[in-house]
Amino acid sequence: MNQHSILRFLQSYAVLIMVVALVIALSLLSDSFLTTRNVLNILNQSAPLMIIASAMTLVIIAGGFDLSVGGIFSMGAVCSAWLALAVHPAVGLIAAPIIGLTLGTINGVIITTLNVHSFLATIATSLIFTGTAIVISDGRLIPVRMDEFTWLGRGKIFNIYTSIWVTAVFAVLLTFLLTRTSLGRKIFAVGGNEEAAILSGIRTRWIKTSTFATAGFAAGLAASIATSRISMGQASAGNGMELQAIAAVILGGTSIYGGRGAVWRSIAGVILLALINNGFNILNADPFFRDLTTGLVILAAIGISAFGRKS
Amino acid sequence: MSLKAPLLRADNVGVSFSGVSVLRGVNLEVNHGEILGLVGENGAGKSTLGKVLGGYYSLSEGVLYAGGEDVSGWKAHTALNHGIAMMHQEIQIVPALTVAQNVFLGFEDTKFGILKPNERQRLKQLMSETGFFLNPAIVTSDLPIADQQKVEILRSLARKAQMIVMDEPTSSLTKDEITQLHEIMKKLKERGTAIIYISHFLDDILDVCDRIAVLRDGSHVATLDRNKISKPDLVAAILGTGQTETQYPKKSPPKTRKKILDVSGLTSPNGTKNVTFKVHENEIVGLIGFVGSGRTEIARALVGADTSTDGKVKLYTSDYSNRTPAKSTERGLVMVPEDRRGQGLVITLPVRANVTLPHLQSYTAGGVILTQKERSKTEEIIDFFDIRPTVIDGDVTNYSGGNQQKILIGKWLAESPKIVILDEPSRGVDIGAREKIHRSIVELAASGASFILISSEIEEVLGLAHRAYLVNDGQIKAEILPDETTERDVLNTLFSFQ
Repeated sequence: MNQHSILRFLQSYAVLIMVVALVIALSLLSDSFLTTRNVLNILNQSAPLMIIASAMTLVIIAGGFDLSVGGIFSMGAVCSAWLALAVHPAVGLIAAPIIGLTLGTINGVIITTLNVHSFLATIATSLIFTGTAIVISDGRLIPVRMDEFTWLGRGKIFNIYTSIWVTAVFAVLLTFLLTRTSLGRKIFAVGGNEEAAILSGIRTRWIKTSTFATAGFAAGLAASIATSRISMGQASAGNGMELQAIAAVILGGTSIYGGRGAVWRSIAGVILLALINNGFNILNADPFFRDLTTGLVILAAIGISAFGRKS
Repeated sequence: MSLKAPLLRADNVGVSFSGVSVLRGVNLEVNHGEILGLVGENGAGKSTLGKVLGGYYSLSEGVLYAGGEDVSGWKAHTALNHGIAMMHQEIQIVPALTVAQNVFLGFEDTKFGILKPNERQRLKQLMSETGFFLNPAIVTSDLPIADQQKVEILRSLARKAQMIVMDEPTSSLTKDEITQLHEIMKKLKERGTAIIYISHFLDDILDVCDRIAVLRDGSHVATLDRNKISKPDLVAAILGTGQTETQYPKKSPPKTRKKILDVSGLTSPNGTKNVTFKVHENEIVGLIGFVGSGRTEIARALVGADTSTDGKVKLYTSDYSNRTPAKSTERGLVMVPEDRRGQGLVITLPVRANVTLPHLQSYTAGGVILTQKERSKTEEIIDFFDIRPTVIDGDVTNYSGGNQQKILIGKWLAESPKIVILDEPSRGVDIGAREKIHRSIVELAASGASFILISSEIEEVLGLAHRAYLVNDGQIKAEILPDETTERDVLNTLFSFQ
């Protein structure tokens, strides 16, 4: 390996290197960091964002953006809590992903039939979804204190939170879809060169719609898990979720221009954000500096990958 | 009169792109108040030379003098400082700004960064000085193209340009507008401005030029005095006498006369007008025309990449309406676009993913990609087209233009299509790749595929096609048999359409 390829390697895996560096630093600074309890808690708390960021990866690789996942998350949270009380806890848990899938598909159909940029379309639908969630919940919190409902967010299988299992399975499935199936290949092609994809006989509308449907499903699934964990549905639950997810995807190194990226990168991006957060907690650091630090880390990661572009 | 240095002098100038020489041996002088024409076939290097003179490309060899000063290393803005302005083939104005804003774009009159409200006044003064009049307040996107060109000319004049390079300025103008533009050019000439006029419309060139420089295959072959030549002389100079070095593979005549594609009255908003033609089994059919004649548009309307408003397409034995690229691909009617990076390849994907992209259903089981099958097919294509480097997972970006072109063609020929439209299949490839591509076309035609071959190089179509159509203004104007005609006849016919 020459100097250039070492540099390329470091840039390509910048997010992993930063995660490892942060893990080492936090382990040295605090005894309570590298404990099973703390690590499982970090993963459990980040599970919803990991699920959303994984699916957002597909949307961004295909050349789109989904700013409505926060809105879908809110809809999912409110509906699952409400249906859990009104019908059955299991119905509540299952309903959120299905609602998410439906709303995501609607996003895709709007974007591809009106032929508008996904950025614009999902700003609008985001407000519609959040607004609907507020109307449904009447602006109130909906507590669901039932064991049949909270097992998903709080329960454990083999000593590991159920939510972490669900996240792992979902991420593996999406990775397989992206790297091994023809749909995945087409997602890369549409984001890499839409015109070439069209001329190659790919029905690009379907491909784009499928990525938004996946993102919607993921947001709904994430809502189920999060609502179950805090045993409470509320319309403001998803506020800001979309930006965190996009930040994690880009932080991981997926190209914002489409055509390149991977699910594991987004997972690593979420973990990096979560570690910064956790670091502030266990070190009892001044929380006023939390946003500032997070912003600097994101800027550093972007800087590292941009440096590679030039050389 | 004092002995004044010429405005611009090129001394044995040449240009190479990534090691490939595209222009060489250019010796030119441009003087004040002169219109110099640049002619040559498509790909002869006219635009390249224009861009060199306008400071857009840097020289690989030779020296360029402006007013006696060596300016070989100049850039576009330094060219402007020497009074040389460039009008590109595509009009370079900001459509949403007004005439006045466009004319003074980049050198607005300001005080502490704040615009002075004198722009219209400045423009009026400029217009009365130069004699070109436009409404300063009108938004340029509302102007006809001829007036948009006037905006560009005014912009050049506002910057005190002494020489203007015009690259194909008439390609989208009507007859009246061309006359208008020529009047403007003559007026500029009277003012002492020099003009480099690049065009493939020979009548236009002969109408206004004082001298005409002829380019052939990147070489500057002659500079002719307008008053001493006629149009046939010019055509002869463009074509040259020597035969070309390319050898074409022997084509075998189609075995049957079975029609597999029958197009009638095809009309599309993309400019295709009432196009009727047919393709037989095993046949190579050429579409010949100048750049901008609508050849590509006919192909795009045919495969459904652009919508059609009228006309019937019969594919094999059945009607094929509501065409889309996806349906065309399924039916074996495929188009290999000319712009390989823009429309052909996905450069973020490796070679193997590009090769199988249009045929993924043959390389998947239950939606999962059969990696082994994909790899062996890619190996086969790499082998057949002699693509180098021979890396299945290689990043397409890292391949040379010629090899990218081979990947592009290989991608489409991988799953034996029935009818292949090849748009400029050998543009920008070296001779070796070119011959390889030609051989594959002839071989595949013999073994079952039919081809529609679009090329700016008349010689290439004549060498490969069984039949050919001449295209102008989105219409098919004539049908020819390549074996019974010459390049010169074709070129003369094409010029006669204008």
